[in-house]
Amino acid sequence: MTDAQLDKRLAWISQLEAVRDRQDRAAFAELFDYFAPRVKSFLMKSGSTPELAEECAQEVMATLWNKAHMFDGSKASVSTWIFTIARNRRIDMIRKLRRPEPEDLPWGPESAPSADDTIALQQETEILGRALAELPSKQRQLIERAYFGDLTHSEIASETGLPLGTIKSRIRLALDRLRHAMN
Amino acid sequence: MTQKIQHHLTTPLLMGYAAGTLPEAFNLVVATHVSLCDDCRAALAEFEAVGGETMLDVAPVAMSDGALAGTLAKIAQGDAVVAKSTAARTGPYPAPLAPYIRDFAQWKKIGGGVSQMLLHTGDRASVRLLKIPAGTAVPDHGHKGTELTLVLQGAFVDETDRFGVGDIEVANEDMHHTPIAEMGEDCICLSATDAPIAFHGLLPRIAGRLMGI
Repeated sequence: MTDAQLDKRLAWISQLEAVRDRQDRAAFAELFDYFAPRVKSFLMKSGSTPELAEECAQEVMATLWNKAHMFDGSKASVSTWIFTIARNRRIDMIRKLRRPEPEDLPWGPESAPSADDTIALQQETEILGRALAELPSKQRQLIERAYFGDLTHSEIASETGLPLGTIKSRIRLALDRLRHAMN
Repeated sequence: MTQKIQHHLTTPLLMGYAAGTLPEAFNLVVATHVSLCDDCRAALAEFEAVGGETMLDVAPVAMSDGALAGTLAKIAQGDAVVAKSTAARTGPYPAPLAPYIRDFAQWKKIGGGVSQMLLHTGDRASVRLLKIPAGTAVPDHGHKGTELTLVLQGAFVDETDRFGVGDIEVANEDMHHTPIAEMGEDCICLSATDAPIAFHGLLPRIAGRLMGI
């Protein structure tokens, strides 16, 4: 991996820390310009109207500002963290359902994440992202539809005309490839 | 947790939870299992990372003019809510169940010594707690959709295997089974279905009607 790709992810973390520590609007604007249009696209692909997706993407970015202190770069990339916020807002605002979340882990005394752990996790996520981009397009499309479409695997099957077992095994194959790329 | 969890979440459940596409009843079962299972917690983090990278991979859609200013205004007004869950584990019930269990007096007998407590969700899949006395069988039944059963206390065995605390059984349309609670503790399960359960035989069918499923 080149340093540039890792640097991009570390820059997102620095921007988030600037928001957390100094309410830095310029750093927030950079995160907003990159992520808000992607969150909006994710929500529209999930079936939202452009208006609702726009409003929801703004809410997601406001949540990022308000929860910046909760981000931990040794546990998630900024892209993963924003995706989970967007996923949660979609359930709250668009599906209007309660959203059960797992218990927090009983961590010991809070310690700052180590720089090594953060770099390792950011590298792994970068490798994952590239592996995903390099999947054969049919496999990548199925994974995209499983995440973006409000579609179950059986609905994907009826829409694509593919037998369900094929969908499941293709998704599994794609995930195996991703895991393999991670090792 | 004294015994190791043997039966884990499936890929469609992990992916569906990560993507936010499951019915609320299934999300509740997944969140409860993950509260008990570190392996699935780690797997879920992976699926969320796949979601994040998938989101980066699609063509962005431009935000409206003034979206950034509008968002900063929202932030300045303190509009965005930061809700921190304060729910805690109660006995065998992990924290995600706390908002759904309003009253432990809500157990209702449904015949054969089995009791249930319906939990209310906002969509059509249904979820309930079942309490099966040690040594008792739940009537033979099949499924029209998918049924998830997560053990919270005790254990049950059926035609396929043994399920202890934290284990999840995913039953589909092809499956008929007769779960029997093991001797020892009463078995408490969290059970979710996205379609009515089909009971075989007249009495079990009446029992099914009593269960509201």
